[in-house]
Amino acid sequence: MQPYTKHNSIAALMNRSNVDTDQIIPKQFLKKVERSGFGAHLFHDWRFNADGGDNPEFELNKAVFKDAKILVVGDNFGCGSSREHAPWAIADYGFNTIISTSYADIFYNNCFKNGILPIIAAQHQLDALMEEITGNEGVSFEIDLEQQTITTPGGNGFSFELDAFRKENLLAGLDDIGLTLKHEDKISQYEEMHKQNFPWLWT
Amino acid sequence: MKRTMYEKIWDAHLVVDEEGKAPLIYVDRHLMHEVTSPQAFEGLRISGLKVRNPHSILATMDHCVPTKDRDLPIADPIAKKQIETMADNCHENGLNLYDMKNPNNGIIHVVVPEHGFVHPGMVVVCGDSHTATHGAFGALAFGIGTSEVEHVMATQTLPQKKSKTLLVKINGKLSKFATAKDIALAITGKIGTAGGTGYVIEYAGEAISDLSMEGRMTLCNMAIEAGARAGLIAPDQKTYDFLNGLEFAPKGDAWEQAMAYWQSLPSDEGAEFDAVVELNGEEIAPQVTWGTSPEQVAAVNSVVPDPNSFDDDGKKLACSSALEYMDLQPNTKITDITIDLVFIGSCTNGRIEDLRAAAEVAKGTQVADGVTAIAVPGSYHVKEQAEQEGLDKILTEAGWEWREPGCSMCLAMNGDELSPGQRSASTSNRNFEGRQGKGGRTHLVSPAMAAAAAAAGHFVDIREL
Ligand code: SF4
Repeated sequence: MQPYTKHNSIAALMNRSNVDTDQIIPKQFLKKVERSGFGAHLFHDWRFNADGGDNPEFELNKAVFKDAKILVVGDNFGCGSSREHAPWAIADYGFNTIISTSYADIFYNNCFKNGILPIIAAQHQLDALMEEITGNEGVSFEIDLEQQTITTPGGNGFSFELDAFRKENLLAGLDDIGLTLKHEDKISQYEEMHKQNFPWLWT
Repeated sequence: MKRTMYEKIWDAHLVVDEEGKAPLIYVDRHLMHEVTSPQAFEGLRISGLKVRNPHSILATMDHCVPTKDRDLPIADPIAKKQIETMADNCHENGLNLYDMKNPNNGIIHVVVPEHGFVHPGMVVVCGDSHTATHGAFGALAFGIGTSEVEHVMATQTLPQKKSKTLLVKINGKLSKFATAKDIALAITGKIGTAGGTGYVIEYAGEAISDLSMEGRMTLCNMAIEAGARAGLIAPDQKTYDFLNGLEFAPKGDAWEQAMAYWQSLPSDEGAEFDAVVELNGEEIAPQVTWGTSPEQVAAVNSVVPDPNSFDDDGKKLACSSALEYMDLQPNTKITDITIDLVFIGSCTNGRIEDLRAAAEVAKGTQVADGVTAIAVPGSYHVKEQAEQEGLDKILTEAGWEWREPGCSMCLAMNGDELSPGQRSASTSNRNFEGRQGKGGRTHLVSPAMAAAAAAAGHFVDIREL
C-alpha cells in the first residue's frame, strides 16, 4: 500500500445520501478474481448510458472533476454489502479521500485497507464544502493527514478526528497482516488457552 | 461488573489490547463464498502465508450458481472462472467446500446452521454483510472485507474497534400475521439504515423468545440493514435443541461442557446498553418497502408517503427520488401496487419455514396472469425437506417455478434478474436501485405476503384473506 501523503487536489461533489455499494460497483463486475481494474466500472449504472456512452447528467462525468482525488458526498456513504470491490473501484478510479458525515461500518474499515482516507465532517462543515464546490467547480482542497486538517481557498477548512492507529498505518502505508503477525506469541498463547477451554472446537 | 452478551463474547476473544491500537480479537469460525475470497487467496499466495486453521473454515458456492440446468456448464465464462478458482483455492488449502454438486450446497448463511457449524459465544466472520444471520445462535457474527478475509486466514484474528450496544426490545406478542421479516423491516423503518451504525444490536423481549430459530435467523440477518455491525439473540432451549446432534455440534461430555458455557452468555440482569429502542409486537403489521432503501417501508394497510410528509430535507429528497425510480405516486395504497415477479428465497427467507409459509398461502391459488413466481430454496437440504413435505407440488400446481438453491434473484448475479421497469415482491433483504437487475423495482416482504401477491397480482393484506 502507498503511504498517504499531504496533497492539494480537486474535490468532486456528489450530493447524494445513502449511496450503497451496489451503486458504487454493480454486481455484474464482482465476478473477477483479480483486485485491479475496477475503476472503469465505478458508479457504472449512473455513469454510463444504456449504449455504453458517458451519461452527461452524472456529476463525476463533468470535465472539471476529471482529475479529482477528493470525493465529497452525502450521509451514510457505502451502505449495503461488504464488497471490498467498492473501495478498490474508488481507489482505482483515482480517489484517495472521501468526505462525508457518516459511512457504513464495513465500508469505512475497507477504505483504510486500500489507502483511502474517509474523513468524517459535521453536517455544517460538509454543507460548507459542498457550497464551496458548487460555487467554484474545480476547486482544490488541501488534505494534511499528519495534522488532520482540510484547508480550502474559501476558508471552509476544519480539523477532523481519526483513530491514531488508523492514521499511523495510512501514513506509513503499513499492511495489517504484518503488524498482527508481530503478536504471533500472543496468538499462540491464546490458542492454547482456547483449546483447553473449548476443546470441542478443535476436534 | 454487569455485562451484556456482546461484552462477554468480546472479553473472551481479546488477544491483544494495547493502548492506542485497535484491539486484536480471535476468530472461531470463518465462512466463505466465491465472490469475496479469490483476491484474499491471491494475497496470501503472494506473501507466502498459509491458512492458519483450515478447520475454522467452511466454504460454499452460492452467489453465481445457476438455479436451472445445473448439469450444463456455466454459460458466463467469468462466473465459471470464479467458481473454478474457488474450488482450486479450497483444494489447495485443504478447506471444507460444499461445491455446486455437493448435496450440502446452498447459500452460506443457510448451510452453516444446518450443520451446526456456529455455536453460541463464537466470533464468526465472512466476507459477506449478512453474516449477522448467525447472531441468532448468540454468536458475534459480522461481515468483513476481502483484505480482512486474508487477514483472518493468515492470523485467525482481526483488529476490531469495540462497538456500542443497542438493545432492541419487542414487547408483547406479535400479531398473527406478522413475522420476523416484518420485525426486521419495522425496526429499519424506525431507526433508519444508519440508525445502528457503530452498534451491535441485541434483540430481546417476548416476541423474540417466541420466534423459531429460523425466524431469529431472518431477524439477525437484517441487522445490517439497520446499519448495525451484528445482531445477537441470547441462546435458550430452542437454540440448544436446534444444535443438538448436528454434525459440528459438540457431543457427549463436550456437549455438557459447552452448555455450561453457553448458559453463562446471556446479558446479566441490569447490564447497561448504550441505547435502547422498544417496539410493541402487536403494533407490527405486515410490512412492504416502497422505496430504494430498506428504511423506506410501510405497513401493508397504509399508503406510499408524500415526500412533503418528511420534515428532514434529506429524507424528502430521498423519498422523491425513490418514488421516481420506483414509478410510484404519493398516497397510492400499498395494496394497489401491481407486480410482475415474485421471488421467494435468499439467506433472509429461503429456509424451510419460509417455504411452508409461502405454500400455505399459495395452496389452491393460481399465480395471477402476467406474473412470474419463483421459489428458490436456500440449500439442497431445504429443497429436499420441502419436497418431502410436498411443498414443491403445492407451489408448482399454483403456477410457481421450483428451482435449485442459490442466492439467485437476491442480488441477480447468476442470470436470474428483473428486466428494466419490472416490479417484484421479494423476500430478500435489499431493495437498492438495480439490486435485482438494472432498472428493476423491488418491494421487500415476508414469504406469506409474497405468496399472496403472486396470486392477486398486487399486494394484499394477508390479515384479510
Ligand atoms: S442470499 Fe443475498 S444476501 Fe444472502 S448471501 Fe446471497 S446475495 Fe448475500
